[in-house]
Formats: sequence, structure tokens, C-alpha cells
Amino acid sequence: MADLPLGPQSPVSELRAALQSGTLSAESLTQRTLENIEGTDEDVGAWIRTSGEPALAAAVEVDARRSRGESLGPLAGIPVGVKDMICTRGVETTAASKMLAGFVPPYDATVVSRLRAAGAIPIGKLNQDEFAMGSSNENSAFGVVRNPWDTDRVPGGSSGGSAAAIAAGQVPLTLGTDTGGSIRQPASFCGVVGFKPTYGRVSRYGVVAFASSLDQVGPLAANVADAAELLEVLSGHDPLDSTSIPEAPLQLTTEVERPITGMRVGVPEEYFGEGLDPEVESIVRSAIAGLESQGAELVPVALPHTSYAVATYYVIATAEASSNLSRYDGVRYTHRTDRVEDLRSLYERSRAEGFGAEVKRRIILGTYALSSGYYDAYYLKAQRVRTLITRDFQRAFETCDVLAAPVAPTTAFALGARTADPLQMYLQDILTIPASLAGLPCGSVPCGLDSSGLPVGMQLIAPALEEATLVRASAAVERHCGFANRRPGGGDS
Amino acid sequence: MDIDIDQVAALARLDLSTEEREVLGGQLRSILEHVDQLSAVDTEGVEATRHPIPLATPLREDSRGEHLSHDEALANAPESDGSSFVVPRVV
Repeated sequence: MADLPLGPQSPVSELRAALQSGTLSAESLTQRTLENIEGTDEDVGAWIRTSGEPALAAAVEVDARRSRGESLGPLAGIPVGVKDMICTRGVETTAASKMLAGFVPPYDATVVSRLRAAGAIPIGKLNQDEFAMGSSNENSAFGVVRNPWDTDRVPGGSSGGSAAAIAAGQVPLTLGTDTGGSIRQPASFCGVVGFKPTYGRVSRYGVVAFASSLDQVGPLAANVADAAELLEVLSGHDPLDSTSIPEAPLQLTTEVERPITGMRVGVPEEYFGEGLDPEVESIVRSAIAGLESQGAELVPVALPHTSYAVATYYVIATAEASSNLSRYDGVRYTHRTDRVEDLRSLYERSRAEGFGAEVKRRIILGTYALSSGYYDAYYLKAQRVRTLITRDFQRAFETCDVLAAPVAPTTAFALGARTADPLQMYLQDILTIPASLAGLPCGSVPCGLDSSGLPVGMQLIAPALEEATLVRASAAVERHCGFANRRPGGGDS
Repeated sequence: MDIDIDQVAALARLDLSTEEREVLGGQLRSILEHVDQLSAVDTEGVEATRHPIPLATPLREDSRGEHLSHDEALANAPESDGSSFVVPRVV
């Protein structure tokens, strides 16, 4: 693969250099990207739809502006895939649900506006678990996504398409969303880099709401520098999102080269407990040793409430989801049943027909947790335990600058292996959920392959607003493990 | 554990089949059994998290902005009469 010409599998820095020097046009790169998806996606299923026409028009515009000598944004001409949770003006957006089939947003999400302002070319919509509810990408109304490292295995979820498209070399950058691990876990399973920023760092305006106190948009890419650069573009205050942090956009690209000498890396022993695959443990521990060899100091830390995180999350996230998803009523912009008798049957049947099994399960659980007589015992209790989980992190960060741990207890599992028991699937999220509950910036960086040739990711978690530390530590992992731009088949770009 | 799945489905406005009610009722029970471990955590005097990153409520100026046009707002409606969303008669 080393001999491949520049294309969608290439790092952003190389594409940008070629675009700037004129050896590559945005139009031809976009065309090649679309053709490559067309030719390769049957085996992967990462895309729900591509938007070739508007993408090519945007690329032609970038080329024209460049030829006129106008100043262009940092991602001018670079194709980007967008998770289907994120509204794209004029391009169908479904959250992988039958409920939203045919929905064409009349506006762009703020993150999409920012992509366009940076000159990036939104090229299509990526497959995911329906309404981002799932850890395997087996809950999409548009079919499963397959892991490019082994197509009999899941890519992880819910941003499975966003991770698989990078791993398959279909596109250099994608947007995912992360509520309880939905960027980090698929990034880990597919051997790519993914970041979930601090809650509020990136606007949620125009993003289909799942659990509003947890949802964040973040970047995925084949190397740390590209993911960091995309996060810069996405970040910054947005008056259209009342939870948006009033801070200037991040400056992260300089962090990639900075040494980590003296950085205190916390190792939470609770993340290396029962259920962790021994191969995953040894690969992650060896990558942590790689941080020490670069001058970091390892510090043992305790996060004693970790074992309560899954229960806490599945109360809070489903409660918020049951409320958020009440908007899908069959009246304004959603699926409507043909079997209408009265207004109530219109609601109940439209929702029963439009939602898939996992979405119904979570609406039922959330409705129960919020229902009269149970609110205190479930929702309020969970929000109190959430405070304790957040305090665990605050205490840990008194003695360290960043935490290093596995992302998931195992590597990618087989398609269909875990669909029978929802609780067992939920328990897979044990290592990613705590940082989500605390709103912390975190990410997954590939650090090796297990004996079956499947990628293992290292999770890094930083204090709130410390994305710079997150990127610096991630780049150090990447330097040690040599996984940048690595793809299935052993080649890199 | 006492769960009235019919009542929960009614609150959620979901027209579930008999089979779905049975399956979901059982799964809800097993998930709630797992959730019950939270009752063992001492949360006496612990504030509930309202917002993961506390911020003051931002207020914008009370002035007119640009918004979706009528046609754009109705464009995705399953049924509209050109000026309103249409639903079955309620009165």
C-alpha cells in the first residue's frame, strides 16, 4: 500500500501539500474518494449515503477559489465523512432510524458549518447504531457495519461507520458522536484515533439528541495530528447551544510534537480488573511503559466508584433519551403510520413502527426510571452517584495530569455474538462510561494488535478543558507504538 | 420487582405487541436488578449532578433573528395543508 498515489487513505498533511502545490485538485480527490467508497463499501457498510453532487460542487468551488488566490481554510478540499446523527442541509439525515427516513434538514449542524468554513468537503453520511444506541453497530436500520480488520467482526458502536471508514481508507477524516464511548470504542476496535472533547467544547446544535448531558461530537482519523486538527476546527463557543463553553477554538497542532517529559500519567487499577482480556491488558501496559520511557512518571490512582458507572449511565442516558425521543411523534418531520384512528393511535403506532428494538428498550427503561414514584430511586440516585464518579476523577487529577487505561475489555467481537442479552452488551461499556459521566476530554489511540491481528486501543482521559494534554499524551502513545496511518493488510499510507 | 409494562408503554406512547411486552418486561427487570446495586452507595448529602460542566445560563438579546421560513419548516411534514401540520380531528 506504500506505493498508492495520494488519495482518501492519505494523511491530511500530505493531501494539503499536494492540493496547495497544485499537483492534486479538490475535484479529483473528491471524485476519487466517491469512486473508492462505491468500490469498497459493499464489504464494509460504513456509509448510509454519499452526497456526490453537492460534494463535487463544493470541491470545484475550492479549486476555483484557490486558482483566484483567495485565502482558504485549513481543511480546504479535504473530504470528511459525517455520522448520520449530524444534520446536513439538503442531505437526508436519519440517525440510522426508519423514524427519520426521508428527513432532509433545512439547516446545517454547527459542526458542519465549521467544516464548510474550513474548506472541508462533507462527502456523505456514515452508518451508526440507531439514534447512537449500541456498542456494535448492529442496531442500524440500514444494515450492520463490518470491521475492516476482520469482516466477520463488529466495528464497535455507535460510531461504527465513522471508525470503519477511516480503517478502510475510504476517507481521511470523520465526525462521530460519543455519549458513553461511541467514538472511543469503535476507534479502538478499528485501530484508528478518536477523541471525545470536554462536554460543551463542541457545539451540539443540529446534532440529533440522545442523552443531552452526555452527547459530544468528536473527530476520528488515522493519526493523532489529523484528529487534533479536526478537533481544532470543530471547537469553540456557539451561541446556538446553551451548554457550549464560552472559550476560543482550541490550538492543538503544536501539542503533537511536544515531549511528555515530567508528565504524570495516572494508572487506575480499577480499569485493569476482572473481565479484561489478558492480551489487551499486556498490550496496553506495554504502551504505558512506552510513555514512561519517554520521560513520563507513572502514578497509581484509585477510581473507587468505577463499578457503579454502567448502572448510573443506563439510568441517566435512557431517562434523557426517553424525554428527547418524545419529539418523534409522527406529526412534524417523522415517519407516520398508515393505521391512524385518532391522535393517540397516530403517536403510538408511528413510534412503534419507526423505532427499532434497542431504541424501544431504552425508551421503556428511561420512561420507567422517570415515572411517578421511581424518579428519586433511579434518576436522582444515579445523578448523585454521578457526582461521586466525577469526584473520583477530581481526586485522581490532584496527583496526575492524564489517565491511561484500556478502552474496552476485549478486541472486536464477532457479529451476532452479543445481541441476545442487552445487559451483557451494556457491560462492555464499563471503561468508557465513567469519563462520559464526568464530562471529561478523552480518546482512543491504537497501540497494537492482538494475536488474532485485531487492534487494541489505549484510552487517555484528561481533566476538563485539558484537550492539549490529551493530544500531547496521545501523540506520545502513537510515537511509541508506530501505529499512525496503519491499515488492515499490514500496510500504511 | 413490580413492573406494569402496559402502563410504561402507555406513558412512552409506544404501541407494543404482546410479544414485545413480554420480552421487554423481562429485560427491564434484569437491567433494573443490575441498577439496584446503586442503592448500596452512600449518597447522603451528595448533590445530584445537574450539569457535567457547570455554566451560568446564557441569555441572548431579545431581538429578532433569522429563522426557518414557513415552507422550510413544513417541508418534512408527513401531512400539511401548506400553512399548518395536519393531525386527525381532536375536537
